[in-house]
Amino acid sequence: MIPAAFEYYRPTDMEGVIALLQEHGDDARVIAGGHSLIPMMKLRMAEVPHLIDLQAIEGLSGITVADGTISIGAMTTQHDIINSASLAAAAPIMKEAALQIADPQVRYMGTVGGNVANGDPGNDMPGLMQCLNAKFHLTGPDGDRAVDARDFYEAAYMTEREGEEVLTAVSFAAPVGGYAYEKQKRKIGDYATAAAAVQISKADGKVAAASIAMTNLSDTPVWSQTAGAALVGADCGEAAVKAAVTAMLSDIDPTEDNRGPVAFKRHAAGIVLGRAIARAWSRA
Amino acid sequence: MTDKMHVKLNVNGEDHEFLAEPRELLIYALREKLNITGPHVGCDTSHCGACTVTMNGKSVKSCTVFVAQANGAEVTTIEGLGGPDALHILQESFKEHHGLQCGFCTPGMITRATKLLEENPNPTEAEVRFGIAGNICRCTGYQNIVKSILSAAAEMNAAKEAAQ
Amino acid sequence: MKDEITREERVAGLKGMGCSRKRVEDARFTQGKGNYVDDIKLPGMLHGDFVRSPYAHARVKSINIDAAMALPGVVAVLTAKDLEPLNLHWMPTLAGDKQMVLADGKVLFQGQEVAFVVASDRYIAADAVELVEVDYEELEVLVDPFKSLESDVVLREDLDPKAPGAHGPRKHHNHIFTWEVGEEVATNQVIDNAEVVAESEMYYHRTHPCPLETCGSVASMDKVNGKLTVYGTFQAPHVVRTVASLLSGIEEHNIRVVSPDIGGGFGNKVGVYPGYICSIVASIVTGVPVKWVEDRMENLMSTAFARDYWMKGKISATKEGKITGLHCHVTADHGAFDACADPTKFPAGFMNICTGSYDIPVAYLGVDGVYTNKAPGGVSYRCSFRVTEAVYFIERMIEVLAIELNMDAAELRRINFIRKEQFPYTAALGWEYDSGDYHTAWDKVLKAVDYDGLRVEQAERVQAFKRGETRKLMGIGLSFFTEIVGAGPVKNCDILGMGMFDSCEIRIHPTGSAVARLGTISQGQGHATTFAQILATEIGLSAESITIEEGDTDTAPYGLGTYGSRSTPVAGAAAAMAGRKIRAKAQMIAAYLLEVHDNDVEFDVDRFVVKGAPERFKTMKEIAYAAYNQAIPGLEPGLEAVSYYDPPNMTYPFGAYVCVMDIDVDTGVPEIRRFYALDDCGTRINPMVIEGQIHGGLTEALAVALGQEIAYDDMGNVKTGTLMDFFLPTAWEVPNYETDFTVTPSPHHPIGAKGVGESPHVGGVPCFSNAVQDAFRPFGNRHTNMPHDHWRIWQTANDLGLHG
Repeated sequence: MIPAAFEYYRPTDMEGVIALLQEHGDDARVIAGGHSLIPMMKLRMAEVPHLIDLQAIEGLSGITVADGTISIGAMTTQHDIINSASLAAAAPIMKEAALQIADPQVRYMGTVGGNVANGDPGNDMPGLMQCLNAKFHLTGPDGDRAVDARDFYEAAYMTEREGEEVLTAVSFAAPVGGYAYEKQKRKIGDYATAAAAVQISKADGKVAAASIAMTNLSDTPVWSQTAGAALVGADCGEAAVKAAVTAMLSDIDPTEDNRGPVAFKRHAAGIVLGRAIARAWSRA
Repeated sequence: MTDKMHVKLNVNGEDHEFLAEPRELLIYALREKLNITGPHVGCDTSHCGACTVTMNGKSVKSCTVFVAQANGAEVTTIEGLGGPDALHILQESFKEHHGLQCGFCTPGMITRATKLLEENPNPTEAEVRFGIAGNICRCTGYQNIVKSILSAAAEMNAAKEAAQ
Repeated sequence: MKDEITREERVAGLKGMGCSRKRVEDARFTQGKGNYVDDIKLPGMLHGDFVRSPYAHARVKSINIDAAMALPGVVAVLTAKDLEPLNLHWMPTLAGDKQMVLADGKVLFQGQEVAFVVASDRYIAADAVELVEVDYEELEVLVDPFKSLESDVVLREDLDPKAPGAHGPRKHHNHIFTWEVGEEVATNQVIDNAEVVAESEMYYHRTHPCPLETCGSVASMDKVNGKLTVYGTFQAPHVVRTVASLLSGIEEHNIRVVSPDIGGGFGNKVGVYPGYICSIVASIVTGVPVKWVEDRMENLMSTAFARDYWMKGKISATKEGKITGLHCHVTADHGAFDACADPTKFPAGFMNICTGSYDIPVAYLGVDGVYTNKAPGGVSYRCSFRVTEAVYFIERMIEVLAIELNMDAAELRRINFIRKEQFPYTAALGWEYDSGDYHTAWDKVLKAVDYDGLRVEQAERVQAFKRGETRKLMGIGLSFFTEIVGAGPVKNCDILGMGMFDSCEIRIHPTGSAVARLGTISQGQGHATTFAQILATEIGLSAESITIEEGDTDTAPYGLGTYGSRSTPVAGAAAAMAGRKIRAKAQMIAAYLLEVHDNDVEFDVDRFVVKGAPERFKTMKEIAYAAYNQAIPGLEPGLEAVSYYDPPNMTYPFGAYVCVMDIDVDTGVPEIRRFYALDDCGTRINPMVIEGQIHGGLTEALAVALGQEIAYDDMGNVKTGTLMDFFLPTAWEVPNYETDFTVTPSPHHPIGAKGVGESPHVGGVPCFSNAVQDAFRPFGNRHTNMPHDHWRIWQTANDLGLHG
């Protein structure tokens, strides 16, 4: 499998990146780890005449935890996430989720920015970011702006990011309470049949707040506000979980593929969410 | 076809410079330009790991890296781990425990295992299995590969202890 | 001369049969110095790449190569029109059919080869592929063999619908053959009058061997000397040479075929593919070497599918469970061309081993081959010809019969096994099983896993499930298999008319080392290690002093190659027989040197000794030296031998497997708790290698049973074209296996060996499948089709009402 030819750029600052994006418009794409884009290019399902490599740009990678806010540079890899002690302490769901992405080699290259910006419904970070109510930081010709992860995804591979913008970082408030990232897949390296990201905080033995997002069950990640709301005030018992699952199921819209028919995916989504809630609650 | 670019790579400690199209894949540059044919192409889509090399300290699948991205990188392949005069402990261990059959996945597998043991010198069996899950072997069923890696880890640790 | 070392030490020093000798191949493989086809780089070499059909069935109205030819670096674009004058636009298949090399007027499966682009490098070739303009007119697609047999749509317009095919009359224009074995009337009579009858329909899905190295070739035509050299991923290099000669008209002595290191075969590399032919033609046309290596998607879409059998069975028994008859009908989907790799007289391979390990008085097998719009192939993926299908069939029928009888499936097997004293045993469908001791193996395994205890645990689990205390069921998978390998007697078995013997040639060097060449080719089995062990024991020279060479037709003796577990049964036998010829001459030399009569010396480990006077001996090293350097009256100098071995019968390895599995009813996720595998492959040459073969075969069985398939949609599009969707398990999904053995030597094989590479796959697939199905047996499951991936397991649970 051989990709079509392209021009390659390795700018050293963001201005250079933006200028190239402005110059080449839809013909240009930025590349981080490339583990979503390169296979698509090799299969000639994505044609990218101008490829802009972000590796030489300073300050795009790294994890900072300060004043209860976590900021992760776009070029931070899944491997970095797994090995960050400060992140493991501040938002352990990140490591739990990252370990379920692809395989070791892909995690060395795959970045947070690429994972969230690509808009691939199979990627795990977008749902996770929605669960954590993250903000995506974009830089473009008109300066910087932030978009809520929950507002970012429009359809498969379609996002709020403008063609001339680059996603530079994600940030979110350090979550409180229990967490779980539960993913059913056919094997290591597969996308999710169904995955659930859950954060639950507890007060007086009841759920104080809950956030639930699902992956690969629609053409975008699905943050199910009603599912989270169904848990609040409850003790995470059977009825509450059932209510949350019911609410979630009305928000997802899976399609049939090699992982199975819609009925199975909906069932699996419910099971996966139930287990994620149980685990998150046990940690809350 | 686009203009060729000047590429510099340090492979197994040796500097190389050559001209290449940006789209050329690192695996083919290694195999065809530098005649380093240890790493293989198995799946083309970053699932099988036969092309695994260490690039700038990371285990990567060189079929999913453009040579342009690799420009300036330090790369280690199976050829850089050990040779006839001094095999790497993992190379010895794979021979000793029948950790290979057709040999096609072996260079990628051993290269990956070196990095795994570097990061986790005392892995459990589960950690070894999880750590090599990016490398597919069709012949061995992995049982003897896992055995080879665990045995190499024990031997490397014993050697370290003896040195102290 | 006084001997300084003990006899045991001399035996150990040989590293002969029975020891776990470390592999000699591994030095190069562990250092990245293997030499696979894609590693070959010849001066001036061009790269070939295919334009392939996006459609499963379409007329090719026109092909425009102008834009592709205009691309700098493109040397040639071949289409069927270019091959036609050479009569190479079609090629004969191994099954007596013919196959398009490049699309001749129409395409019949997605991924079919349409044009072959030759360019200076792989990048330009790939670009040129995009520039070839093909105008297609889509035709109705047939992916279901049953619909194909009823459709007015003619898939193979090149065939006369009224004329018989290679295997007799055809019933329909999309029908290929009917093959019948056994007695249908008698079988039906028994079944119709039986006390108990169980019936089942099962689909053994289409899958693919998918070795980690794809197929490829490098052809190099030396026009000056008129010599063609072809390096390729060939499991049968000599057959390729003969076929290449017949097709090209180049005399066979002017063709050299080389199989270098092969990165796994599993049946994928038995066939002859358009890529091989096109690289050869392109090299002849251009006069420079041409390389073709398929990518993974091309591999999965176009070369060598396996299985795709729709099987329908009836089995009858007495109330006590004694089987009385078996009826099997198969609708075999062969895809667009019948390119199955089977011996000529066996269009459904050895499917007629489907009576399995059981003493079944009467049986019938009927197979109908059908054309569809799918890729051709039909190879034996890690099994002897269609034996995996046969064993899956009978091992499922036994389970279904056990349900019908309300009997334990282990016990049902036990009371129907062919008994030890019945061997050699002629089965109802004709095969003569050479040897076996099934009861001993079965009892050993059941005891090792505490079978009765497992059943108690399973029953308790069912109760706990019903009480709502667990959502996991437990399955106990059983399988007992008999393989039929080592094809084969030339009187029965040929491929394209070439008898399936094999060969070994040994040359002893004056200093007592040796080179031996065989007609087989290792693809990871470790022939260089194990064949040397056979010879070491036979000729008394250390295995470390014996080089094994295979795969170069200029040097190796003619042989039919490596597949169907035939290397040890056939070439291994040839090695032993050639070794014995060496020994016979050595005996004469030894007698001369020791100044006694030939009959007064005897072989002892590594030497000939004077009978009754063991202190008087000549070692094989001494004998080798004398063979070259001493004039011995009546004997030619030198010490060489060759053997072409035509086996008197197949060999019949067998085994008993148990798998314990937990199944999450809600997600459909199976978890393998335990897998116990007992194999009897007769005499064991290298236990370490045997164990490795078993681990690998079981893992390929796990893959096939639990998810690996080549799936098509209704339009004939391949849905599983990359390793994201085509299931190859990683270390994370694979358990540790427990292995065990019994030894029942083959009575007709020179060293009693039977072959082992494929047994674990043959026995493993039904064992994994039976474990899944057994978990649901208490809830009324009779049969569900593989692959048992998560959603299908979930579907089974759902259909049985287990989701509330």
